[in-house]
Amino acid sequence: MIFSLSSSIFHFPLALAVTSLPAEVGINHYLLLSALLFAIGFFGVLLRRNTLVVYLCLELMLSASTLAAVAFSRFNGTMDGNIFVFFIITVAAAEVAVGLAIIVALFRLRHTVQLEELTALKH
Amino acid sequence: MAEFPFYFFAFLTVLAAAGVVVNRNAVNAALCLLLSFMGMAALFVLLEAYFLAVLQVLVYAGAVAVLFLFVIMLFDVKGGDPRKPYQKVAAVSGLLALALLITGVLSLAKHSQLTAAAPVTTTVVGSDLKDYGYLLFTKYLLPVEMTGFLLLIAMLGVAMLGRKQGKETGASIQEAGGGRPETGGRRLETGDRRDSLSESRVP
Repeated sequence: MIFSLSSSIFHFPLALAVTSLPAEVGINHYLLLSALLFAIGFFGVLLRRNTLVVYLCLELMLSASTLAAVAFSRFNGTMDGNIFVFFIITVAAAEVAVGLAIIVALFRLRHTVQLEELTALKH
Repeated sequence: MAEFPFYFFAFLTVLAAAGVVVNRNAVNAALCLLLSFMGMAALFVLLEAYFLAVLQVLVYAGAVAVLFLFVIMLFDVKGGDPRKPYQKVAAVSGLLALALLITGVLSLAKHSQLTAAAPVTTTVVGSDLKDYGYLLFTKYLLPVEMTGFLLLIAMLGVAMLGRKQGKETGASIQEAGGGRPETGGRRLETGDRRDSLSESRVP
């Protein structure tokens, strides 16, 4: 937020920036939010040990990227970003189904979903 | 106060996303993800992509999060993560995530044509379903077909993955039963019958 504040002051006359800044939520706000959500999801993927929670965080990252796509589409005035998000949501649904089926199969085989116990390739 | 809804829902979404990461209980993490998806759907409404907001609620919050909850409750793993604190991993992953965030913000700052384009409020697109239908059946016809094929393959793959365990035990019984003809033969027969039954049902 600090960055977008300073950059719009840099780009526009100061009076205009002061008057228009609080009312204007631009593309940078959405992109920063998307980056923040992506970073949080990435943090979770690295940090967590439960396979299901890692998968939850992956979904969070995917969803954050769709937010950026919708923001680009809105502020460019084109429709293509929205269509891409439509496809991304479809693919994410299929991906979740397949991934959860794999995790269920893994759980049936190993009786655990903790990542530190799934070390078959290590030994 | 036109910016208030954005900050409210952005705060909600980020808080719920943080809840996904820090919650030790997997069910609570999935519920936080649900809340985060709802906040993101509200942000889609603010971006005037109403159809995508509805889709986000239906598919992500309605199907994906509920599927996660089903699987988490199916596993019945107690307590989620172990109590053992892994501070080193937390520090390293936090640093990496922070580096990712800083890289994103810096790339945003460097390519400043985005800031120039930001205040231009263009005509609203994406609020009309007709646009979606038109584009999906003209410009994006091939991706629509490919997505349909992908969904078919995903469905078949899930069916295969759900079935594989029974088939594998049948094969292992078959291998193990090779030494013992009288009991092994019967088990093999039942295994075969079950297999042929399910195969005749699936295609």
